[in-house]
Amino acid sequence: MNLVFGALIFWVSAWILNAKLADSALADTRAIKLLVPVIFGFTIIGVWELLVRGLSVPLVILPPPSLVIETASQNLEILWKDLVQTFIKGAFRGYVLGCLSAIFVGILLERFEFLRLGLMPVASFMAALPIVGTAPILVMWFGFGWQSKAAVVVVMVFFPMLINTVAGLRESSQIQNDLMRTYAANNWQAFLKLRLPAAMPFIFNGLKISTTLALIGAIVAEFFGSPTVGMGFRISTSVGRLALDMVWAEIVVAAVAGSLFYGIIVIIEKGITFWHPSQRG
Amino acid sequence: MRSVVSICVVVGALIFVWYLAAVSLNSTWALDKAKRAGLELGTKELILDTWSQEKPKLPAPHQVASELWKTTVEKKITSKRSLIFHSWITLSSTLVGFLIGTSLGILLAIGIVHNNAMNMSVMPWAIASQTIPILAIAPMIIVVLNSIGVQGLLPKAIISSYLCFFPVVVGMVKGLRSPDKIDTDLLHTYNATNAQKFWKLRLPTSMPFLFASLKVGISASLVGAIVGELPTGAVRGLGARLLAGSYYGQTIQIWSALIMAAMVAAALVGILALLQKVMLKRMGMT
Amino acid sequence: MSPKISAKSVDLTFSTNDGPVDALKDVNLDINEGDFVSFIGPSGCGKTTFLRVLADLERPTGGTVEINGVSPKIARESRAYGYVFQAPGLYPWRSIGKNIKLPLEIIGLSKHEQSERVKRVLKLVDLQDFENKFPWQLSGGMQQRASIARALAFDADILLMDEPFGALDEIVRDHLNEQLLDLWKTTSKTICFVTHSIPEAVYLSTKIVVMSPRPGRIIDFIESTLPNERPLDIRDSSEFISISQRVREGLRSGHSYE
Repeated sequence: MNLVFGALIFWVSAWILNAKLADSALADTRAIKLLVPVIFGFTIIGVWELLVRGLSVPLVILPPPSLVIETASQNLEILWKDLVQTFIKGAFRGYVLGCLSAIFVGILLERFEFLRLGLMPVASFMAALPIVGTAPILVMWFGFGWQSKAAVVVVMVFFPMLINTVAGLRESSQIQNDLMRTYAANNWQAFLKLRLPAAMPFIFNGLKISTTLALIGAIVAEFFGSPTVGMGFRISTSVGRLALDMVWAEIVVAAVAGSLFYGIIVIIEKGITFWHPSQRG
Repeated sequence: MRSVVSICVVVGALIFVWYLAAVSLNSTWALDKAKRAGLELGTKELILDTWSQEKPKLPAPHQVASELWKTTVEKKITSKRSLIFHSWITLSSTLVGFLIGTSLGILLAIGIVHNNAMNMSVMPWAIASQTIPILAIAPMIIVVLNSIGVQGLLPKAIISSYLCFFPVVVGMVKGLRSPDKIDTDLLHTYNATNAQKFWKLRLPTSMPFLFASLKVGISASLVGAIVGELPTGAVRGLGARLLAGSYYGQTIQIWSALIMAAMVAAALVGILALLQKVMLKRMGMT
Repeated sequence: MSPKISAKSVDLTFSTNDGPVDALKDVNLDINEGDFVSFIGPSGCGKTTFLRVLADLERPTGGTVEINGVSPKIARESRAYGYVFQAPGLYPWRSIGKNIKLPLEIIGLSKHEQSERVKRVLKLVDLQDFENKFPWQLSGGMQQRASIARALAFDADILLMDEPFGALDEIVRDHLNEQLLDLWKTTSKTICFVTHSIPEAVYLSTKIVVMSPRPGRIIDFIESTLPNERPLDIRDSSEFISISQRVREGLRSGHSYE
């Protein structure tokens, strides 16, 4: 019971600290902006730990964070293999293939007005659908290996990416287009020097959305069949054995991998679209 | 008008490609079968065979269509083989989850825009949550709730709700912060209270953002409900149909469940889009 | 001497949802080499449309236009003119220097030649120190000067300017007008300049074309009697005021205020 009480005190004092920090004169500094959410994160973990121990929550419902960390450190090799199988082989390859082909098709659609008019409504319709549902079909077609996971990822990222690319390529303003015309620029020059750079903020928006979709697609596809390795496989079998500490360990790995992937795209985006109002800061 | 024509052409072309793909994917099986029976297949027989197999690699459109017709119109909706029955199972948890998720999301967004500490503590995490595959927690929620005796609609609804929760929070915070400085300054000169600012300015200006995130949220909810049916080997719902179909190689069943899920999703997003149009028009925002 | 730019009974009709609109009706005009011509009139009078016809950004539905004795299309393809738009239209992902290089890259000049010219035109518009800055780091007036530099970079002897200073405040505008006159005198280019400011038109031009809407047409053609040397305070002289009055009367007669 003491631990529960401790959790309460911990929560309240951390919150008061955060409230003070948020209203302090330094609230706009970078350090405080980083510190406040970090304190909040640690508070959640701490309260979780204290409550699980204090209320003796059974392991099969919620393991304490300390146990998750312990399990993770004992199974680093398994976690790494799962990460390679699901993230590098499945999600990343599918991501690259799906995004590249969507950008390519987007460029093609931009050249052919009739195709664009017909295909774009279909594409926006597809983008709203539960595409993970194609996983059982693609697993059947491409087998249990990483290829089927990559295929699911390709289908999942394709439509959001296509919509963003096409929207981006139409983003250049009337004056910018007229300018190209007064220079008697050919289509290729106008594309390379105007439409493609103008489309970059949109393309990166698509690339960012797609990072999350890729990881989700690769993990969920493994629920429909996989070799005996992979994050989705490990999650579903560990859930079956009620080894929730392992499930949480995989989830932590997935979260870290997902944010790192997203973060890398954001860094590249900052380098390329530094000129866009949203990036100037 | 021209776009209607091009949509028809494109959809027609897609169906044509689908039929062609069915021929090329299913012909191996058709040829094997004929070989074992000691038969020679002509081109026409081969093509017809690839379009009428029982467990084809890729069912032809008309096979899926007739399966859909059989399992929706010709079956009683209480029957376990009715796709409408299964859709309702999935739809009901989607809707319950969507309702819980969006209400909590809007409440949190209101808290975030009015409380600085909440904003600085929670907002970075809400944004970060969009970069991680939170769908991966779904199987665990189902099993954990199952082990303490909660089954059926609620566990799936919980997954749906947390999947739509974060997009709604992020979108709604953006929306509630979208009034121009000039508009907030105006209310400031009237010495309006926070509540007045909220009802007369922040909430109305947030509507376009709200609807945009609702549309994202409802799709996410549906995905959550479908994925939530996978881990326990549920026997009811669209996700269960997908899983059962993939166990037994019933490709036609998978495809019809998939098309059904697509129609449900399209209907849900369509209803929200219509609501958005009517609402924003009445508010003079279109 | 044959005129630099010549328009003979030019018509342009746009078809809109409310039926056809006569943007230009029977426009006849000759512009000689070295002229500074202003087009002035209320909105909808076709002054911008006429400039766009010269630039081959619109096709007339009747009549003929010749630039250097050839059609606007051929003139555009041989890069006979530089065009300055209402907004700077600089590409935000390129530095000022790279923006000015844009037309030079398209024409295909050597890298060395490109940087030479960038240096030269930046000096003309007094922006030497800003070659590596990005457009959004500059003020509106500086951005518009950069866009003029961009139009000067490929040495066309015609400059088409569509209300280039319309969005700027009066002080900046005065300064740029002075600079533009200097530039015109040193480069002896032929300039067509669209504006809706009477003082600007009178101060800058050797010839003023007054236009009127519905249908877009020329209602007065004024040859300026002001000397080529024009300090800013020439605008207080009686000559300046009488030309301004003539322009204003022209505008008033063509405008029905319905």
